[in-house]
Amino acid sequence: MADRISRHDVAHVAWLARLELGDEELARFTTQLADVLDHAADVEALNLDGVPATSHPYPVGNVLRDDVPEPSLNRAEVLAQAPETEAGQFRVPPVRGEAP
Amino acid sequence: MTAGPAEAIAAAVRAGERSAASAVQESLAAIAAGGELGAFNAVTAEAALARAEAIDSAVAAGEDPGPLAGVPVALKDNICTRGTPTTCSSRILEGWEPPYDATVVDLLNAAGAVVVGKTNMDEFAMGSSTENSAFGPTRNPHDPGRVPGGSSGGSAAAVAGGLTPLALASDTGGSIRQPAALCGIVGMKPTYGRVSRYGLVAFASSLDQIGPMARTVADAALLYSVIAGHDPRDSTSIPEPVGDLNGPLDGDVDGLRVGVVSELCGEGIDGDVLARLEAAAGALASAGAEVGEVSVPAAVFGLSAYFLIAPAEASSNLARYDGVRYGLRVPAPGATDMNVATRTAGFGDEVKRRIMLGTFALSAGYYDAYYGKALKVRTLVVRDFAAAYERFDVLLAPTSPTVAFRFGERTANPLAMYLSDVCTVASNLAGHPAISVPFGSGADGLPVGVQVMAPALGEDVMFRAAAALERLLPETQPATAGARSAGAVTKETAP
Repeated sequence: MADRISRHDVAHVAWLARLELGDEELARFTTQLADVLDHAADVEALNLDGVPATSHPYPVGNVLRDDVPEPSLNRAEVLAQAPETEAGQFRVPPVRGEAP
Repeated sequence: MTAGPAEAIAAAVRAGERSAASAVQESLAAIAAGGELGAFNAVTAEAALARAEAIDSAVAAGEDPGPLAGVPVALKDNICTRGTPTTCSSRILEGWEPPYDATVVDLLNAAGAVVVGKTNMDEFAMGSSTENSAFGPTRNPHDPGRVPGGSSGGSAAAVAGGLTPLALASDTGGSIRQPAALCGIVGMKPTYGRVSRYGLVAFASSLDQIGPMARTVADAALLYSVIAGHDPRDSTSIPEPVGDLNGPLDGDVDGLRVGVVSELCGEGIDGDVLARLEAAAGALASAGAEVGEVSVPAAVFGLSAYFLIAPAEASSNLARYDGVRYGLRVPAPGATDMNVATRTAGFGDEVKRRIMLGTFALSAGYYDAYYGKALKVRTLVVRDFAAAYERFDVLLAPTSPTVAFRFGERTANPLAMYLSDVCTVASNLAGHPAISVPFGSGADGLPVGVQVMAPALGEDVMFRAAAALERLLPETQPATAGARSAGAVTKETAP
């Protein structure tokens, strides 16, 4: 049932995820993702009315520490891993003027 | 019980009967000799030998280096090691050297262990065969024509092939247990939050957990006891203290209530695997356990929820690979073009598939139907397990529906590969501990693993049942054929 996800949907999702797909990839991924979504249809038969969502196995809360300076990562060491840096900062290509 | 290889090394090094250097040299030689397995992405021989010498000096000075003194350990290549490349077997992280060590690495060092290298894996831990590595496959030590399972195939092959006595790996939907089963070793996923995820490269944060791989249950428990505990650097870390595991490991299973999960002993599970499961249930019953059958419906349909939840979390976690702060950058004139070019070149097909599946499940118009529904199914998984644990102390199931498969057998059909995880994902969704124990062989003489699951923080009872299986295994052999007769035991009514 390829209509669970269309070629158009896959192209849109690829753009949202900042991935570029060729024609062959688009066709292949559309079929493969539809197969997985078809399998997921087995949960459609379940009555989930009133069932709360579980996003996490345990209740999680924010963890705060005292506002006291502590050693953090070495800036030079971190920047040494970046593809491009300038004046102690990460350097990226221009953002302004791009299509959204 | 004979000591496992890790226990034996640590005891000898602590007693000054053997040098850490000799243990590390032996491991490095085995890694070099076993190169055709493709288990390692990087071997840190120089650092390992230097560390071994430091441990030997400490012993000579009368100090105790700790419970893993001199024991060589392999790390899955998604566990951060300061100054040593951590690639997740992905082009997008090739050459990246983390500026910090994962908490588990600090704990290994504090316990006297010696890290000898980083092991191959499915890219970003997404896969069940290690065929999704950007750096080539890992081979199963039992048959080089077959996969070691995944995603922690490198760690499993390293331990099964005798290259290292211990390895650490990560398990998001079965990535420790399934390769352990396929390679004939012990692999354990702890309770979610029991082991710090600080420094584990994130795949699906509500499911990921680091755990041990070893050749014996006692060795796995030893490594687990070193890495378990609260870590303020992981906000999901459980504060409760870790219990003592030494007692339970020497205990027996008399009166232990063992539930065989009925949904995981039928359709979709190969007969040779089921025969070993039945042998395991029979052996436990003969040792005094009260064995019955229990229905956990969500154990099966949890797979569908898993394949929406894990990719959804992955799509968010992997947004960080944008070519800005670390790893690969493919140059382009604009920032967005650079992001797209980098991600398109840096990620392999399976990672792209999961990112897109997750992005789709979270996207406007589909969120409620897919991701929202999957979260409700996750609640059913938690409830079904809770009901089962009212009647049973531990649950028994296969680890993998099949023995190790051949290279290429499932790569063309992602759904078929995903079904490899049917027996293991439910523990991740519920956050419960589970362990795979080798329990004889199935088709073509290949290893079969039996899985023991326990409720949250039930590691002690889980290890007790696992140790019993390990002890009872010889009684069921050479009984691959005869084991089928033990099947009647699983039909007993619940205690």
